Amino acid sequence: MVGIVVVSHSERAAEGIAEIAAEMAGDTCIEPVGGDGKGGIGTVPDAIEAAIEDAAGGDTDGSDAGDESDGDADGVVVLVDLGSAVMNADVAVELSDAEAAIADAPVLEGAVNAAVAATDPSATVESVREQAEAARDIEKL
Amino acid sequence: MTEERATEDGAAVVAAVEAVAERLEDERDHLTQLDSAIGDADHGGNMARGWAEAADAARDLDDPDAETVAKTVGKTLMAEVGGASGPLFGGSLVFAAGELDGGITPETAVAFAETYLEKVEDRGDARVGDQTMVDALTPAVHTFKKSVEVDDLDPIEALTKAVDAAERGVAFTVPIRARKGRASYLGWRSVGHQDPGATSTLFILEELLAVAADRLGVDAPETDAASPTIPDDDPDGAADDGSAAAPEES
Repeated sequence: MVGIVVVSHSERAAEGIAEIAAEMAGDTCIEPVGGDGKGGIGTVPDAIEAAIEDAAGGDTDGSDAGDESDGDADGVVVLVDLGSAVMNADVAVELSDAEAAIADAPVLEGAVNAAVAATDPSATVESVREQAEAARDIEKL
Repeated sequence: MTEERATEDGAAVVAAVEAVAERLEDERDHLTQLDSAIGDADHGGNMARGWAEAADAARDLDDPDAETVAKTVGKTLMAEVGGASGPLFGGSLVFAAGELDGGITPETAVAFAETYLEKVEDRGDARVGDQTMVDALTPAVHTFKKSVEVDDLDPIEALTKAVDAAERGVAFTVPIRARKGRASYLGWRSVGHQDPGATSTLFILEELLAVAADRLGVDAPETDAASPTIPDDDPDGAADDGSAAAPEES
């Protein structure tokens, strides 16, 4: 199953977005992460990396041939808010052993789309990211 | 590489980080002033605080090698500096640190510098002329590589030329328009301002040079950005070997 990480400069915003997306998510694992680690606004690559590992189901060392079939490590799609959150998520993806990709999408709408897409039993990182990025075209009025 | 040599290289990197931390503390107000003109006035404080934490973390390591120190410093900067400078200065250092696993030689230093530049460019999606730290870093790295690999200069001469090149790169950020980072929101109003990230990059390079010269027992050379490495207009002049920047033995 593809996991989802929601990254925001605000820890509470990340949690709130994950809460909304979880309504649509079934069993999908959605990990919120945000804040500078000291109660302020910001993001930290190490924390994002940890969230990616959690969303990937922990089985990310690549040592097991069973990764494909155990259904717990199909990769992670990362939703990000702004500016340095994108760069920090990029660093985290590069540091992580898990298969992870950042979606170039609005963070809330993208997270909801990704949550729905991840419930598809044949979902992949690519398919989930594609659905998240389709949120760029959502018109509200 | 002997264990003794590995520890010596590690100690040199710790000394360099301490020197950078001290310098950035001294330049805190200067950097903040540059950043307040075009950004959010936090570069001086963020860099001074982040590098102070990084120096503490480096000092706490037990006889580390160069790669371990560089990686630890990068990780600390990523967590402490904040904003885009965290991933740019810290993240790039974490990845470039791997180039020092064979210790510090002119060759590994060139590989380190090139990887660092590549990471900064990719992460920031910035190129020369965008009014960013890339404007100082690119000429410095290219000059260092050429000085080592083509001109066969000794490490201190090569680093001196790199610092000179970075200094000219910083000056180059003044008349151009920002295309990346927060300053880019100002559009044409960014013209006429010196980029804070390019400036702090120059300070870091100056301290690397000072510490390297000190460790190698060489007098810290005078840097002279006004004497470019490229030949000047006078075809009969002696400046086309670039010797004005760093007097050579030959």
